[in-house]
Amino acid sequence: MSVLEAARMALHGVAANRLRSLLTMLGITIGVAAVIILVAVGHGSAVAVQKGIEGLGTNVVTIQPGGFGFGRGSGGNRSSFTQLTMKDVKALQDPSATPDVKSVTPVVTGSVAATFGSASYTPNQFIGTTPSYEEARKSPVAAGQFITQQQETAHSRVVVLGQTVVTNLFGGQDPLGQTIKLNGIGFQVVGVLAAKGTNGVQDQDDIAIAPLTTTQSLLTGVTGGLGQIIIEAKSSHQVNAAEAEATSILTPTHSSNGSANFRVLNQASLLQTTASTNQVFTVLLAAVAAISLLVGGIGVMNIMLVTVTERTREIGIRKAVGARRSDILAQFLSESVLLSVFGGAVGVAVGLLGSRFKLVGVQPAVEPYSVVLALAVGIAVGLFFGIYPANRAASLRPIDALRYE
Amino acid sequence: MSGGLRRPTLFLRNVSKSYGQGEIAVHALREVDLLVERGDFVAVMGSSGSGKSTLMNVLGCLDVPTTGRYFLDGIDVADLDDYELAYVRNRKIGFVFQSFNLVPRTSALHNVELPLIYARVPRRERRVLAVEALDAVGLTHRMEHMPNELSGGQQQRVAIARAIVTAPALVLADEPTGNLDSASTVEIMHILSDLHAAGRTIVMITHEPEVAAQAKRVIHLVDGRVDSDRRTDSAPATTARLERDDSAEAVSA
Ligand SMILES: Nc1ncnc2c1ncn2[C@@H]1O[C@H](COP(=O)(O)OP(=O)(O)OP(=O)(O)O)[C@@H](O)[C@H]1O
Ligand SMILES: [Mg+2]
Repeated sequence: MSVLEAARMALHGVAANRLRSLLTMLGITIGVAAVIILVAVGHGSAVAVQKGIEGLGTNVVTIQPGGFGFGRGSGGNRSSFTQLTMKDVKALQDPSATPDVKSVTPVVTGSVAATFGSASYTPNQFIGTTPSYEEARKSPVAAGQFITQQQETAHSRVVVLGQTVVTNLFGGQDPLGQTIKLNGIGFQVVGVLAAKGTNGVQDQDDIAIAPLTTTQSLLTGVTGGLGQIIIEAKSSHQVNAAEAEATSILTPTHSSNGSANFRVLNQASLLQTTASTNQVFTVLLAAVAAISLLVGGIGVMNIMLVTVTERTREIGIRKAVGARRSDILAQFLSESVLLSVFGGAVGVAVGLLGSRFKLVGVQPAVEPYSVVLALAVGIAVGLFFGIYPANRAASLRPIDALRYE
Repeated sequence: MSGGLRRPTLFLRNVSKSYGQGEIAVHALREVDLLVERGDFVAVMGSSGSGKSTLMNVLGCLDVPTTGRYFLDGIDVADLDDYELAYVRNRKIGFVFQSFNLVPRTSALHNVELPLIYARVPRRERRVLAVEALDAVGLTHRMEHMPNELSGGQQQRVAIARAIVTAPALVLADEPTGNLDSASTVEIMHILSDLHAAGRTIVMITHEPEVAAQAKRVIHLVDGRVDSDRRTDSAPATTARLERDDSAEAVSA
């Protein structure tokens, strides 16, 4: 039988059994789409977390006060302050003690209400820090400039704003050079940070940054401890060494009863941990997706087997009027190809479309391999379950096929 | 038809067919010997369950006998492979089923075209032939209807059109008038008589004596055996008829 004839017959068969055809296709479509979307969600969340952590800077170690939880500090014998201070910063900045450290950036955190004209807004984060913050945290300015050492020394009332704050305070206006009020005190806007987006937890653009000195004296008070110290290593290979150096410097002055009063967060190891957690998450999602593909396949099989009685009779009739086995196979192969390829293609379309929407707060990122895999498996399932019963029926004697129930 | 090497169209030798095994075995055919000459018109009668349909299925190469041999045009059917059997079913035999066996959700026209598709007849030609066959059974006005939109008699006629569309030398009809009123029965018998007149060999199952009377030979099956086999006198004498009689006698002698 010619390919054209087989195709015509297949089309006829598909059209003659519309509901069955639709259900078969639906099974494959759902399976394929589920695989694509679920894998994309897993991958998407991995990408988001990765980006978030990378946004904090990958070569950095963050030290925070307190912390019996994730503390990495080893035991010392002198009890001391729990607060981190500029003295600690100075100690850490000593190149002979910390040869692997590139920069040490103190950070204080506070909360202020910002106003500009009639607009007012409270940034999610308000921090005071030093110029090295820009590089350590990978927060370059998009316009204007970051806080300078001069401004730092002069206790200048200047501020650098994140995009979200700019939007909320200025609307479409250019913020550079304008003066906004932070808790009623005037600050000049000298820079606008480049947009970073969300890190999966919070909006990284919802931030205002002022010089550490200004912030300490005007907002949180000079005596207040530092919120954190960011230590940037000279290279990604030196992060662990830098962490060890910082720990050994701080431990003598910041521990009580053998446990450290500070926490060290290593971004690189954090990244590794989350990456492997995400791997598990993605594999789990892929497993769920594979199950849905399997269920889709079983649905297809069900429909094929349920209609096998009717189709077996039809095959019997066709054989009785002179169809060869190869004719029957060509017809059913074409039908199955038509259904599963079309069902699979619709599944890919639905999967890609569905992956464009945020699902449970995650922007899915489509993995090309999942598309190929899902389509291949979907089509294979459709073909197998379409042809297998047909082949069995085609091998029967016509009279047995006609009597099949 | 004239002289030379003439083989009988159908020749069954010691054919038995049983279903199942041991105690519960059903012997549908028992040691049947049968010879049908080319151009004959045979009616097969017998009570329900006497093995008529079983015999027909064997003759139509749809089923195989349990024991015994079946020669179609002198060839032992058991020697044919799937490919050749398909060819035989397609070109040599037109089969009308007791239960019509039309492909559901497929138009009458398409049903009739089916054997032609497997005979690799081009589309155009196929359509012409199918319409002709439907015309022969008087159904051109119902061509596009699906089987479930046709009456029993109309479905029967579609089945007949499908059986004759390839112009097979042998037409096997299992109760072609079984579900029909007397008017439709007359129509169908006209069609079969015309086919016979055109030189086709016809074997037909029927329960009705009036229908059987139209055939040239009536075979009675009882419990899977040929109980009686007689010629009717109603047929006009034709050359073909005489020739056939000769050979029939020669064989039975
Ligand atoms: N597939 C089968 N399996 C078992 N027994 C069968 C099968 N087909 C037919 N038979 C039995 O074989 C016998 C002959 O059946 P067959 O269909 O040939 O009868 P029939 O003469 O055509 O009857 P009817 O006039 O009712 O059509 C019956 O007893 C039937 O029960
Ligand atoms: Mg019967």
